[in-house]
Amino acid sequence: MTHRHKLWAALILLAGIHAIILFAGFFAPYDYAAQDREMPFAPPGRIEFFDASGELHIHPYVSIPRAADSPPDVAESAANPYHVYRVRFFVRGDSYKIAGLFPSRLHFFGVEAPRRAYLLGTDGFGRDQLSRFLYGGQISLLAGVLAAALCVSLGIFIGAISGFYGGWIDDLLMRGGELFLALPWLYLLFAVRAALPLHIAGWQVFLLLVCVIGAVGWARPARLIRGVVLSAKERKFVVAARGFGASDLYLLRRHVLPQTYGIVLTQMALLIPAYVLAEVTLTFLGLGVTEPMPSWGSLLSSLQQYYVLSSYWWMFLPALLLIPVFLAYYTAADALQERWKSVSL
Amino acid sequence: MRYIGRRLVHAMLLLVAISFFSFALLQIAPGDFFDAMRLNPQISAQTVNGIRSQYGLDRPFPERYARWMRSLVAGQLGFSLAYNSPVGPLLRARARNTLLLTGTATLLAWLLALPIGIWTAAKKGKLGDRIAGLATSTLLTIPDILLFLALLLLAVRTGWFPAGGMISSGGEDLGAWSRIKDVAFHLVLPALGLAVVMLPVLVRHIRSAMIDVLEAPFLRAARGHGIPHQRLLWRYALPVAANPLISLFGFSIATLLSASVLVEVILSWPGLGPLLVEAILARDVYVVVGVVMLSSIFLVAGNLVADMLLFAADPRIRVE
Repeated sequence: MTHRHKLWAALILLAGIHAIILFAGFFAPYDYAAQDREMPFAPPGRIEFFDASGELHIHPYVSIPRAADSPPDVAESAANPYHVYRVRFFVRGDSYKIAGLFPSRLHFFGVEAPRRAYLLGTDGFGRDQLSRFLYGGQISLLAGVLAAALCVSLGIFIGAISGFYGGWIDDLLMRGGELFLALPWLYLLFAVRAALPLHIAGWQVFLLLVCVIGAVGWARPARLIRGVVLSAKERKFVVAARGFGASDLYLLRRHVLPQTYGIVLTQMALLIPAYVLAEVTLTFLGLGVTEPMPSWGSLLSSLQQYYVLSSYWWMFLPALLLIPVFLAYYTAADALQERWKSVSL
Repeated sequence: MRYIGRRLVHAMLLLVAISFFSFALLQIAPGDFFDAMRLNPQISAQTVNGIRSQYGLDRPFPERYARWMRSLVAGQLGFSLAYNSPVGPLLRARARNTLLLTGTATLLAWLLALPIGIWTAAKKGKLGDRIAGLATSTLLTIPDILLFLALLLLAVRTGWFPAGGMISSGGEDLGAWSRIKDVAFHLVLPALGLAVVMLPVLVRHIRSAMIDVLEAPFLRAARGHGIPHQRLLWRYALPVAANPLISLFGFSIATLLSASVLVEVILSWPGLGPLLVEAILARDVYVVVGVVMLSSIFLVAGNLVADMLLFAADPRIRVE
């Protein structure tokens, strides 16, 4: 029973994460490209429920260190080095599109209009890290999901043909798959990426990445699915259906492929985080999506510079937010694996 | 012997197929090293074409492949346009560094994983096992890129370890012993990072392999004979559990090589990883093919070693 609870917990967590990322425009206080030239590398604002006189408020305050170079109130800022702003919920701010479709200006939280609060600090251009993390998730997660879907569909297609027909087709496809498995995965990914144009813009790179990542990994799911198909086609009811004159396509669709359901789900849950990571890695190394498009990879890539890590440690914070995402996926994959193991027994 | 022979032939065929595949892949790549030169108005198209034909880039595909294979046999692996030198010697120094790093990391990971895995298997279900299980699954969920960046953060913030590179500046002038110490000091963080990436997988597999064996009747009998617990675990159970672990050693090399690319780039260890990334960005095709080939050679060789170990460890394979 426990794996059932685990699965539900992981699924709820996943649904929550994906909802937040999908509605990034609403949850992010600012646009991902909005720059605040006065505040490069601003440290994260502290959330406080007590005001200066020590009184408790239901609406939290966020305190932001004053910019070092704001001359008019030097004396004042020496006495009180923090700006304290009241956090407001459901404020109007930068316009965005809900899930990429409907225009809106409503944001989950924010501070009084000309002021800006950065809960995770800002990057070198004064862009809000939290907003960039949320918008970046849209690119990274979408890339992972699409690439995994592509990879698993390729795997189903090739694995089903290979296992169902056998003979020389099987040999050819599986030997070909070995070629893909014999290369270390990241090197293979790089080799395929190297064969494609480097400098192209925006969505083209994104689609290219999805295709590359998806096309490189088909061998493993194909092998697993082939194994299931091999045993499935010998099951009595399949043989019987064949005896009644069912066509190959019908057999595959109605009797054989439904039996691969468990493997497909588990593989998806395993591959999505792996492929999110692949996108992050490629972008991190400068081979993926390019500025100003935010992605988790480009968020991390600024950390490669020593001065960022040595002086602005909070740039590392968004990276830590990645851990729950991966935790949710791996827990789901784990629970799915246990579930289908116990079903087949 | 036939077993090893078959394995060798299989590995060779695989490598030839990979060489053809990766070479063909990169030959169809749009754009080449001379794109930047073509954009320069001061260099005529004729000059660019002249240089191209000098390097044999205008020949048909089969001829280029044949030439490349010939230079591969000679240990040259083609010619790097960015470094203006044959690829072979270029790769040799980098490959040595990568092997040093991955070798150390493998050793470290197995030395840590064996006691932990065996201990948790012996303590199955107890508190220590649960804590270790929680720790391994936590480590599994942390993406390796994050782990390496965290190591870099540690190095930069505390200054306990060098933040990248392989030798200190001016390290070349040191004596042999202090040079070894210097390199070892630089090796700590990347090797540790790689070992931690491998550790949870190894511990899990060792634990489950040992648990399977520990339930076997012959061990209960041995225990009944009064053989001490530690001796029972290491001398009686471990050799029986070794089989899947040897195969795991072969598999883990693939993960190790992939992870080493990242750790090398992030902690600027001068191995194959940074070379590969630079070569892709510069469109230095032969270096890319060379590095990819080399990585697959490492992997295939690692699997061969695992096969031979299996052959030595398991009499059943010899009979077959």
